[in-house]
Amino acid sequence: MDHALPDSRGRFWRRLALAMPIALALTASAVGLPFGQEGTEAAEHAANQLNAHAAHAGATAEQLAALTKVLPQQAPGLSWAGWILGLPAIAAVLCMVFGFLKLRNKLPAIVTVLALGGAFVTTFILYQNYESPVTVHLYDWIRLDWSPGSTTGNGTLAAGQSLIADIGLHIDGLTLFWMLFVTGLGTLIAIFASEYMESDVGGNYARFFGAVSIFLLAMGCLVMGGNLFLLYLGWEGVGVASYLLIGYYYGKPSAVAAAKKAFIMNRIGDLGLLVGIYLTWRNFGALDYDTIFRAIANGSTGGETAYLIPYFLMLGAFGKSAQIPLFTWLPDAMEGPTPVSALIHAATMVTAGVYLIARCFPLFLLDPNALPTVAWIGGTTAFLAATIGLMQYDMKRVFAYSTVSQLGFMFLGLGVGTSYGAAFHVFTHAFFKALLFLSSGAVMHGFAGQLDIRKISGLRHIPGFKVVAYTMLVGCLWLAAIPFSAGFFSKDEILLVALTDHTHGNALLGWLGLFTATLTAYYTFRVWFRVCAGPVSYVPGDEHHGHDDHAHAAADHHPHDDHAHAGGDDHHGHAHDGGHFHPHPPRLAVNGVLAVLAIGAIMAGIPGYMSLAGGSNWVKKMIGDSTAVAGVPDLSSASGHAGHAELLGMNAHTLLLVISFGISIVGIGGAAYFHLLNRKAADNLKQSLLASPLTGWLPRALENKWYVDELYDGLFRLPVRGLAWLLAKIDSYLLDSGVINGIGRVPAWVGRYFQPLYNGVLQGYAVVMAGGLGLILVWMMLYWIAHRGGAS
Amino acid sequence: MTHSMAQPMIQLLAEGGVTAPSLPLIHATLFVSVVLFSIGMIGFLTRRNMIMMFLCTELMLQAACLAFVAFGRLHMDVSGQVMVIFVLTVAAAEAALALGLVVLLYRKKETLSSEAWSELREDVK
Repeated sequence: MDHALPDSRGRFWRRLALAMPIALALTASAVGLPFGQEGTEAAEHAANQLNAHAAHAGATAEQLAALTKVLPQQAPGLSWAGWILGLPAIAAVLCMVFGFLKLRNKLPAIVTVLALGGAFVTTFILYQNYESPVTVHLYDWIRLDWSPGSTTGNGTLAAGQSLIADIGLHIDGLTLFWMLFVTGLGTLIAIFASEYMESDVGGNYARFFGAVSIFLLAMGCLVMGGNLFLLYLGWEGVGVASYLLIGYYYGKPSAVAAAKKAFIMNRIGDLGLLVGIYLTWRNFGALDYDTIFRAIANGSTGGETAYLIPYFLMLGAFGKSAQIPLFTWLPDAMEGPTPVSALIHAATMVTAGVYLIARCFPLFLLDPNALPTVAWIGGTTAFLAATIGLMQYDMKRVFAYSTVSQLGFMFLGLGVGTSYGAAFHVFTHAFFKALLFLSSGAVMHGFAGQLDIRKISGLRHIPGFKVVAYTMLVGCLWLAAIPFSAGFFSKDEILLVALTDHTHGNALLGWLGLFTATLTAYYTFRVWFRVCAGPVSYVPGDEHHGHDDHAHAAADHHPHDDHAHAGGDDHHGHAHDGGHFHPHPPRLAVNGVLAVLAIGAIMAGIPGYMSLAGGSNWVKKMIGDSTAVAGVPDLSSASGHAGHAELLGMNAHTLLLVISFGISIVGIGGAAYFHLLNRKAADNLKQSLLASPLTGWLPRALENKWYVDELYDGLFRLPVRGLAWLLAKIDSYLLDSGVINGIGRVPAWVGRYFQPLYNGVLQGYAVVMAGGLGLILVWMMLYWIAHRGGAS
Repeated sequence: MTHSMAQPMIQLLAEGGVTAPSLPLIHATLFVSVVLFSIGMIGFLTRRNMIMMFLCTELMLQAACLAFVAFGRLHMDVSGQVMVIFVLTVAAAEAALALGLVVLLYRKKETLSSEAWSELREDVK
């Protein structure tokens, strides 16, 4: 408002007057929603029925013994937890209004940060008050019941005879664990974005933060929802938010293509999820976790189709979490603004697949081959993505492939049965990957969109970029999983379990995982040594920062832009004016968030130390307090079941520590040689590989991402395009020219015959009318004569 | 209102004070109606003067009214007469409108001939 010109002030107030009633109505409907008790009695009734049912059930399966301990109780008093979803919803509505008002200040960011911070605080209070798993009923939503004799929605829960999905929360350790880092990181990244996106202040700024709020709302719905329908609602919601944010720079064709690709590939997975949800309902007659897991805990294995459930759910998880075969969308999703890459496409949304499998873990025990499938898909994805990451030159793409690879590790962890390892890796990965993306975003912001690691060097010697360079180092060390970092603890928990598991060839996956970890250390430090170390040199990118042509004009409105430059330059980093380029170092919000995230990444290792010291740790306790531990009965004990295992005749823990040291030294050392000490050697190696026909395919295939995109083009896009071409031809020639135009020609053709009647002479019309009347008279008389004759 | 006006007539009919006319009388009346209608129609078809054409339509209307009255009398039913009242009312309104239109049309082209107005005709190709 401060920057509004005098003549636009009137317009502003008119728009405000128009928007306020809408805003008030929407906010009131959001605030006034009774986060309350209606339907609680009904839910309690249902719960009592279920408890009674559970009480007289016989012996439960031994491997599901842990499950009964973590089944939730009703907790109507916790309905204020709904505000974790309510606050981002209000922020989204307000951002929409701000966008409509075309505010020229940072209010959207402030509102979003406050709302997300509020959601984090609410989650934290909830965590403080948390004792044991609970469900919270907020409202009745879908209550269909066609079982005989039922009048309300709470009749018998016979399979396939009712469909009940209420707006309710399922709060257990897994939920709280996920929501704590989702809302916490969401808040931090919103603070980062408030500075990063400031060149878009105006309508787009509000659009960005509105979409971020929608994302947090949907993610909260996904994680906290008490039934599979709410999970699906959130699942699609995060998909929409992701689509909106990847396509944020909708003027850029590549961004639009990436947004469509992400959305469509996710739809394939979502279809699997939907079928999985349908099959779950078909087999267990319910959609809420409570009922399903109680049924499983009581020994139910569902119907004939139950063994398909995990495979369909898995497909959904692979779509959202970018695993083979649906992983190609995630690297392209880096077209979105960098805070979005950090929040959605690295830290939170892509872990939804891991959450789904952890949450529905009992369902994945319905088929003995389901979890091994998850493990194998995860392990191979981790390896494949890491190999692609070796040869990418775009900083964000390297990190994107590393995200795919790390997600593969998480699925490997789930597949070998260590939900704790998977969730712990999600947690540590969220911190160090958000850190890496945000620091690469700060580099990109400072060098006018430059992301090519060959074109920036020696960042740590450039004034103003020290914080970025060293926080990035922390992120890289953690991603490379050097011993005693958070990444090391979580990744090695997974690998340890995989290596000591001798079923389904999981040990093989463990060794592949170790090799992948070596590659990870190499490609991560390839980026860091290229960009942050070495002699200072840089080529700026070809963009005004923030991709926006109005960046200059918008930025000039901000008086605080001018005194913030460490270098004291006036042009703050624009490549086009005069040929002199000055990097544009980050300011307080960016540096602050990077520092907080670096500290968070370091702190994320604490549970690992606690575990090392022999005690139980926080993450293990949280995950142990949820349904994700079904089938892993000894997880709740102080040390994991792999703790005493032997590997190659040694204590597995000790051996793995030694191996991790080894792979870190090999990976980082290799990167240091090729990309810091002797940068020519990397090119020479590549040239010599390319020169030989035997090995030339390797760098080419890696650089072209194993031609997976091209393969999908050939397998799916070409046939579909061919079919579309054929249908278009049929449409234009057969339907349009033939049927539609044919029908259209009939009136014209008839009209041509009757045209002479309309000669413009009034008497002519009258004669025709009279003639028609005469004909009717003649016909009536003939009719009359004929019938009179018959009657007499 | 119709009720109170129709009451004496119905009484009259019920008391047998008015009897149905003989068939030849009906035939004669209908013959006059047909003749009137024919004159009106022929006049409408042959004349080009819009006022004359309008008068001819009025003539046809009156022929129809006469037939209504005749049949009403044949069936001893007042409905025929009621209908005539309606027709007369509508005809009066229509006359006001039509004459006004004719005056307007005349002002546009300074002629009363209907042939002057054929802009919307379809030219035969």
